[in-house]
Amino acid sequence: MRPNSETVPLDPTDRALINALQGGFPLVERPFAAVGTQLGIDEEEVIARIEFLKESGVLTRFGPMFQIERMGGAFVLAALAVPEERYEEVTAAVNQLPAVAHNYRRQHALNMWFVLATETPAGIPAVIAEIEALTGLPVYAFPKEREYFVELKFHA
Amino acid sequence: MPNSMPEDISIDRQLILATQAGLPLVPRPYDEIAERLGISGEEVRQRLTAMLADGRIRRIGAVPNHYALGYTFNGMSVWDVDDAVVDQLGEQVGALSCVSHCYRRPRHLPLWPYNLFAMVHARSESGALADVARIAELLGPACRAHEVLFSTRILKKTGLRISA
Repeated sequence: MRPNSETVPLDPTDRALINALQGGFPLVERPFAAVGTQLGIDEEEVIARIEFLKESGVLTRFGPMFQIERMGGAFVLAALAVPEERYEEVTAAVNQLPAVAHNYRRQHALNMWFVLATETPAGIPAVIAEIEALTGLPVYAFPKEREYFVELKFHA
Repeated sequence: MPNSMPEDISIDRQLILATQAGLPLVPRPYDEIAERLGISGEEVRQRLTAMLADGRIRRIGAVPNHYALGYTFNGMSVWDVDDAVVDQLGEQVGALSCVSHCYRRPRHLPLWPYNLFAMVHARSESGALADVARIAELLGPACRAHEVLFSTRILKKTGLRISA
């Protein structure tokens, strides 16, 4: 993962493209051409700019965002209180698991917060047990009890 | 996957496997996926449309690294809200334009008294704290305590992956 402090220079077309791509990507035969028409650039330029934005880390993903819970799977937010001197080692142990979708360092006694995504609800306690075995630390699970709002969009 | 799985579901599953790491950056991305799966591009588009309609796909598009866009202050604000009113207030907090995600989650007493989580993202610390102040104002006396946990490093951000 690129360091958080680095920023990539973006021109107004990149910003317009990032904003456009956070809506619904067209389900048509030539979707990049359709996006280009909206922005006044051609298909080849749309593709080249997205390649650059992905390679430079400005876009972390480009494609369908699957809602695993609608397919019988489960998502759970969880946290660890990691001793500072073990932070790198524990990060490596947690991140190696494919069920760990995102992981953030945060400023708190609970200083590592990650999202577990598994194909079945039974997968969650198994992954939690695995993390506890790998790290020797208790995992605090924060399953969502109610979702009030989710709409992650950034204005570029 | 078991062989008894209906073919229809198994094709959707193959489609998920083929696209979860991202869409191919080619002029006809759906046709390229179709070729790999041995179905038509039209069928790929129809299946993705159906998955969008029933919520198996939230959206198709890009996920920016918010740090790269200058959103360097990403705070998980957490609130200890009276259980009697948390759902009503949670809906109102979720409706604020500055909040990207808002959930009710279990407490872990005594370490963790907070039951309402609201994510805010801003380009400055003062901007993030203004968002938090707006939430505090809305919650009023129903909130007993709160904290803001800023993220200081992205350790991993791959999104979900299912295995073949």
